[in-house]
Amino acid sequence: MNYNETQLIAIKDFLYKIADDQLIIGHRNSEWTGLGPLVEEDIAFSSIAQDKIGQAQHIYEILHSLGEADADTIAFTRSAADFKSCHLVEYPIGEYDFSLMRNFLFNHAEKIRFEMLADTSLEQLGKLARKYRGEIKYHTMHADTWVKQLGRANEESHARMQTALNETFNLALGIFEESEYAGELKKMGIFEGEVILQQKWIEAITPILEAATLVIPDKNTWQPVYGGRKGYHTEYLEPMLVEMGEVFRLDPKAEW
Amino acid sequence: MYGNAQIDSKDKAKSLTEGEDPIKLAEFEARIIRGEKIEPKDWMPAAYRKQLIRMIEQHAHSEIIGALPEGTWITRAPGFRRKLALMAKVQDEVGHAQLLYSAAETLGKTREDMINDLINGKSKYSNVFNYPAMTWADTAIIAWLIDAGAIINQVTNSKGSYGPYCRALERICSEESFHLKYGHDNVVFLSTGTQQQREMVQDALNRWWTPIMHFHGPPDKVSQHTEVLMRWKVKMASNDDMRYRFLDEYVPKIWDLGLTIPDPKLRKNEETGVWDYTEPDWEEFKRVINGDGPCNKERLQVRRWAEEKGAWVRRALLKAESKYTIPLA
Ligand SMILES: [Fe+2]
Ligand SMILES: [Fe+2]
Ligand SMILES: [Fe+2]
Repeated sequence: MNYNETQLIAIKDFLYKIADDQLIIGHRNSEWTGLGPLVEEDIAFSSIAQDKIGQAQHIYEILHSLGEADADTIAFTRSAADFKSCHLVEYPIGEYDFSLMRNFLFNHAEKIRFEMLADTSLEQLGKLARKYRGEIKYHTMHADTWVKQLGRANEESHARMQTALNETFNLALGIFEESEYAGELKKMGIFEGEVILQQKWIEAITPILEAATLVIPDKNTWQPVYGGRKGYHTEYLEPMLVEMGEVFRLDPKAEW
Repeated sequence: MYGNAQIDSKDKAKSLTEGEDPIKLAEFEARIIRGEKIEPKDWMPAAYRKQLIRMIEQHAHSEIIGALPEGTWITRAPGFRRKLALMAKVQDEVGHAQLLYSAAETLGKTREDMINDLINGKSKYSNVFNYPAMTWADTAIIAWLIDAGAIINQVTNSKGSYGPYCRALERICSEESFHLKYGHDNVVFLSTGTQQQREMVQDALNRWWTPIMHFHGPPDKVSQHTEVLMRWKVKMASNDDMRYRFLDEYVPKIWDLGLTIPDPKLRKNEETGVWDYTEPDWEEFKRVINGDGPCNKERLQVRRWAEEKGAWVRRALLKAESKYTIPLA
């Protein structure tokens, strides 16, 4: 399909946002390697992280086919202001409750996003979305199981998970920061929009949190943390990117 | 001392077979001679159980601690291909720890007890992981040559007599062969790359040569204990034997890449077929294994941090009725 300039900008913005989220959360989750609360969780977090980073790479490859730099250059040399990730994924791993709750909220949004993208008019993306459904199903299954277990196991774990939910919820709402190109994307049949995604997300997470005896913060208190999609980031992103690119940037022309 | 049996010098027992029922012992040894595997519920001498627990436990600790030096480079790996491969590799190592803790548990020591002994310094892990991975090239050298050393050790031990350990090792070895390929590919890229890359990898080899030579442990003392452990197929080869096998297979490959090994004496004696080399500093080995290496404190601190931070998660998995029972015969 041939796109005009505005359409192309809209598409790229959309793809960057998705891929940057995946890369950053994948990178964060990989920081658990060797540090998990159980070796089994260490392994699970790594699998999930590998999937996310692999997905990011494939979406960057679509961007490359649309005229952007190659995937490695995109991921390993941009500075924070060029990233479109939401703040939720940028925060350090913190403790396991925080990381797990972040995964839970993020994975559900992502799962629904890819479901919505299964029949997008952007065929390359649709193909990936259909392919990823299998992988992401396990990511949400993993998070659901743990959220339910820890939400109900004992007083301590319940309190921790409720606190983690309170801490991450407004950040998670930031996933759905609407793009200025939303209308364009809808018109082209690429994506229906963040508002619908957010509604579906609430519907998906509510029963699981209920089963976990956890309470979603009152709607009147919701304060979505926006800015990431426009290049305004937490203080944590830039150092993370510096670390990520440390070796690659020694000589971006070299083959590693 | 990855998984190779070490004789505990503090072991006061005059003989490993002291106090054992001679008839049962004879039967046990006959089974081993016939090549049968010993299984968890089978009768076994107390010293056999003790040695195996120590060996498998140390091996498991080596996997989980071994995840740390390379793990710190996951966040810095250059490019998607390397990042994903390193993640998968380190994940495998943690998986090996899981398999090995399970194998050791069949002998009657719980995972909790093993991990407690690790973080309070009572049980050891492979000495090499007390050295830092200073640059990206160090991770390449580790993945290639430390994993190569581990494969030699593990293939040898997989022919041992204890069933659960052998089966775990067989699975581990098939994954290790991927690590080796990954590490080798990495070293090939660096040693055929830019001048900066070539220098990086040569420096890393220089740093790691002593730990690599230490890897299979000091030359064994000839003792009755060693003899018995060999007869029981707990110890499958001498440390020097494994070191020779390593040198025989990998030194030519290292030289092929144009790298220099920092030992002017290293060469194969064509008449005897034996490798001549400078003995690595075994005093350093002793110092490091007893806690005074460049990273011992850091490694255990990180492990302790992980255990403490994760304690609430493990508590939340316990149900009163599911208390652990030791599967002793
Ligand atoms: Fe793996
Ligand atoms: Fe391993
Ligand atoms: Fe390995």
